Amino acid sequence: MTEVHARAQEHTASELDRMIPDESELTAGVKIEPGRSYGFFTDTTLCIGCKACEVACKEWNQLPGHTPKFLDGFDNTGRLDDQNWRHVQFHERSTPKGGAAWSMMSDVCKHCSLASCMEVCPTNAIIRTEFDTVYIQPDVCNGCRDCIAACPYAVIGFNEKTGLAQKCTFCYDRLQNNLMPACAKACPTESIKFGDLSEMRTVATTRLQHLKAQGVANAQLYGEQEYGGLHALFLLTDKPEAYRQPNTANAVLPSRNNVRGYLGSLVTAVLGVVGAVIAFRQRGEEG
Amino acid sequence: MPQHFVAPPQWEWYIVWYFFLGGLAGGAYLIGTLLRLLGDARDQRVARLAFLVAFLAMVICPILLTLDLGHPARFWHMLVNSRTGALNFKYWSPMSMGAWALLGFGLFATLSFIEALVQEGRLRHGLARGIADVMGGVLGRLFMVLGALFGLFVAGYTGVLLSVSNQPVWSDTWALGGLFLASGLSVGAATLAIVTRARVDAPTTERKLSRADRVFIVLELVLLAVFFATLGALAGRLFAPRWLVLWVLVAVGTLGPLLMYRAPGAGRRGSPVLAGWLVLLGGLALRIVVIFGAQI
Repeated sequence: MTEVHARAQEHTASELDRMIPDESELTAGVKIEPGRSYGFFTDTTLCIGCKACEVACKEWNQLPGHTPKFLDGFDNTGRLDDQNWRHVQFHERSTPKGGAAWSMMSDVCKHCSLASCMEVCPTNAIIRTEFDTVYIQPDVCNGCRDCIAACPYAVIGFNEKTGLAQKCTFCYDRLQNNLMPACAKACPTESIKFGDLSEMRTVATTRLQHLKAQGVANAQLYGEQEYGGLHALFLLTDKPEAYRQPNTANAVLPSRNNVRGYLGSLVTAVLGVVGAVIAFRQRGEEG
Repeated sequence: MPQHFVAPPQWEWYIVWYFFLGGLAGGAYLIGTLLRLLGDARDQRVARLAFLVAFLAMVICPILLTLDLGHPARFWHMLVNSRTGALNFKYWSPMSMGAWALLGFGLFATLSFIEALVQEGRLRHGLARGIADVMGGVLGRLFMVLGALFGLFVAGYTGVLLSVSNQPVWSDTWALGGLFLASGLSVGAATLAIVTRARVDAPTTERKLSRADRVFIVLELVLLAVFFATLGALAGRLFAPRWLVLWVLVAVGTLGPLLMYRAPGAGRRGSPVLAGWLVLLGGLALRIVVIFGAQI
């Protein structure tokens, strides 16, 4: 687990009435404790596109959402942004027998181990929590939007009303109160699973082997290699880019351009200064 | 070809003007410093103008950046962690570096501005005179060199800021830092050429500025070529029909002045002023097309 921000250690007592003590242990079999890494495993082969995850997320996080748009297929959400922290993608594909089929995928913030947003954030508003997730502190963010430019998954959106960058919090408040994230809780097919990250990796690998054994040749896991390992793993039945996720080769951090960018500027500065000095000292054309 | 599935950060007109004025301020300060350190007595009036121009352009920059924030009142979060009170300094984040660099450059530009005002006889306050005395000495020269370094950083880091992202075009090239810097130097020189013609009778310095701007424009053209070469097929995105007018302005704002500066009799008629305005137009068009072109 990577370094935890000091603020994340300020673990507050629950303000909720605990109607069901240790709810997460009873329902998901997961004990939620600070200092452990948690993650999602989203099995797209089980997704039926019901959008219960989207609704549960909006309900819990009090996100009013945008005015619905009639887009292609059944997708009237469009994309992840400040109001949509879960987004069920619908992809129409042709089947080997010449038919058509939907591929659905409930997309979400990946809570990357090496997070691009966290890397560039100049205010240190983006922190790693005690649950190893990535969280934007709303009282620190000043709305510069550098994180939006950096996020390779188009997860973060700018909220015009609050003036803040917003994204999935991994239901930080729920985790602090031993409640599993709302999306995983609501998913009726258990396409979205929540648990200890290492456990999620094991479940995902087992599921992949199972599907391969069943003859699903193109089944693949996404999120084991990318950005030091994602905290949202996906089982896909097509290449990642078909689901608008960069493949491993393209899952790169913004800082890759720091040295060469500054080096280019430095060489330009030297050439510019030398050129100006020569231009100022040249006397041939002076009257 | 690189894959991009990102959302645009909605950096728009405030950022365009900040990038433009930041480049102008950094370029003007560098030219002022070089004229002060290497020029003769005839150049000193223009050197002072350079510091006045650098300050006036610089002072608008933090205002534009603050207005662009979602929470303008939290502008200071760029420098200080609002939770812990510790300083926010992330050398790997160009936006963090830029915030500090702008603060540092602001200090240098302000003191040079005060010195220039005292020397122009427009400020007679005791403290201002004290500052001018210090700035006129060895310490002042060292101070100006440091200020010029900060100015160069402010003029160039903006391109690096764009590259240190995962946005299409911006993150697919390393040439933007150099390109914006070269353009900033050119814009700085052009602004001084225009202001000099309007305010000062200094033909020899004007010719120096024209020669320097010629160098800067050549540098900018080379970096434009590098920019396109590093982008490869991705450059096509910037050549959508809606951007073509801007590219024409970039071409006119670089090749035009280059030819005008070389023309016989340049510097004696109004051509440096026209060339200067073309450079400003081209520099602005370049930033508009790079900033908007990648986000739309």
